[in-house]
Amino acid sequence: MGAIIRTENLSYVYNPAMPDATTAISDISFEMQEHEFLGIIGPTGCGKSTLITHFNGLMRPTSGKVLIDGQDIWADKKEIRKFRFLTGLVFQYPEYQLFEETVEKDIGYGPRNMGLSPQEVDERVRMAADFCGLAPEMLSRSPFELSGGQKRRVAIAGVIAMRPRLLVLDEPAAGLDPEGRDTILEQIKSYHRETGTSVVLVSHSMEDVAKYADKVLVMKDGGIAMYDTTQQIFARAQELLDIGLSVPQITKVFLRLREMGLAIDTDVYTVKYAAETVLRFAEGGDGDAS
Amino acid sequence: MSDVIKADEIAFRYSEEAPFAVDGVSLAVERGEFLVILGANGCGKSTLAKHFNAILLPTRGTVWVEAMQTSEEAHLYDIRQKVGMVFQNPDNQIVATVVEEDVAFALENLGVPPDEMRKRIDEAMEATDIYKYRERQPHKLSGGQKQRVAVAGVLAMNPDVLVLDEATAMLDPRGRGKIMRTVRRLNQERGITVVHITHYMEEAAMADRVVVMEEGRIAFTGSPKEVFSRAEELRRLHLDIPQTAELCEALTALGFTMPKGVITDEECAQLLFERLTQKQGGGR
Repeated sequence: MGAIIRTENLSYVYNPAMPDATTAISDISFEMQEHEFLGIIGPTGCGKSTLITHFNGLMRPTSGKVLIDGQDIWADKKEIRKFRFLTGLVFQYPEYQLFEETVEKDIGYGPRNMGLSPQEVDERVRMAADFCGLAPEMLSRSPFELSGGQKRRVAIAGVIAMRPRLLVLDEPAAGLDPEGRDTILEQIKSYHRETGTSVVLVSHSMEDVAKYADKVLVMKDGGIAMYDTTQQIFARAQELLDIGLSVPQITKVFLRLREMGLAIDTDVYTVKYAAETVLRFAEGGDGDAS
Repeated sequence: MSDVIKADEIAFRYSEEAPFAVDGVSLAVERGEFLVILGANGCGKSTLAKHFNAILLPTRGTVWVEAMQTSEEAHLYDIRQKVGMVFQNPDNQIVATVVEEDVAFALENLGVPPDEMRKRIDEAMEATDIYKYRERQPHKLSGGQKQRVAVAGVLAMNPDVLVLDEATAMLDPRGRGKIMRTVRRLNQERGITVVHITHYMEEAAMADRVVVMEEGRIAFTGSPKEVFSRAEELRRLHLDIPQTAELCEALTALGFTMPKGVITDEECAQLLFERLTQKQGGGR
């Protein structure tokens, strides 16, 4: 199993040589293994979106390299189109980018552009719609008649239909209500599980990252602050707070208990594990955690 | 306390054929209160909010802003000045190319004298913590910053009531937290009445009173503590409940009885601390 994506000293500067030149990301080196589910978190303006738009060559590094599946994507500029199909990027509020007359045509837009046969396009549209929980009878409808959550699923299906090896989603649940959020994230997770597609989930929600990601990349000021398994990241909850990230409410409770003088574990990020931790502590079986 | 907004048995539908989006709601907003209207998508909470400054007029029933009926066009101008509204999408409410000009936009239209205007926009920008961005281009700000620009624009008009129509829905947690703290402060320090429409339960936890909506009607209402004690009903309405309340529920189910309606991490930690130290030390 190799690295699906790898960056070497990746930096990007907006408006270089201008008075308002801004370094968005600086000297980022990391790699993600194929088939992983990676969460990227960080406060607004930390460079998350800039980083991920490098993953399919939408942005060209000011310096450094981006390698997909071991190949330097900018080695030959003419070849960049190939990488656009390897990495599927779902932007924030992707429903604003729907434009076709029917859901079917909209989902099929990417595959058609890839030059696939009509049968193949059709098959992929159905597969993608199914993964995104869109019933077959919806395919003939106009995307603009749908609810916000449904539109978003159409947009995601449009990217999935291209069968990217790496699926990158920037805040796919933003603006949705709790039910819409859970539905979309569950669908992405099951798509990941069933197809083995590598997934990058950019999110502001620690709760969501905790629930879905195997590994977490924490960004701060255009660089990497932490990169580890989800559990290890949450064991450093206080540092997350110091960076200006919110941690799950339940984690805060345990940080407080610690402050109050209880020697209780603080790597708690789910309610279930929190309850177990409390009971274990109450029974005196876990007095020392420091 | 007097009511600043009062809705009396109102119903609204977007067209003759459409179902009622708001279907028989009576609600009084008290002057100075921080009211949250909570509900899942499609429950009618935004439609209701748009009645509070006459963007929508009820198909049935009456809405009052102080002594003014929103259906009387002669009052429209006064109502809009009294009740300011901030919407969901930050990109749809910025009109100028420089932050401070955007904040000044409404005041310019009202013909406020320059000195007075300068003072009001500076104050509004200070209050929303965007003063440092005043010469920036709005489109280069983050969503949360843009939303604070929108709040500042409304604030500069000295409204009595601030209605936030899902104004935090498109923001990240930090942007949301900052807007909520800003609004809470305006509520406490200046007595501005706040009506905040949201589906985020942690924002509802900050309210004086929470109204939970379902299918165009009010499902129930109460203090945050009362509302979040009704975990089962909230789940049925596809709403989140605070993790602290969930933890207490889970512990109770496991035989470690904890109270209901624990909504803040402080309270939860305090309760757990007391329980756990009693257990270990045999009481203090």
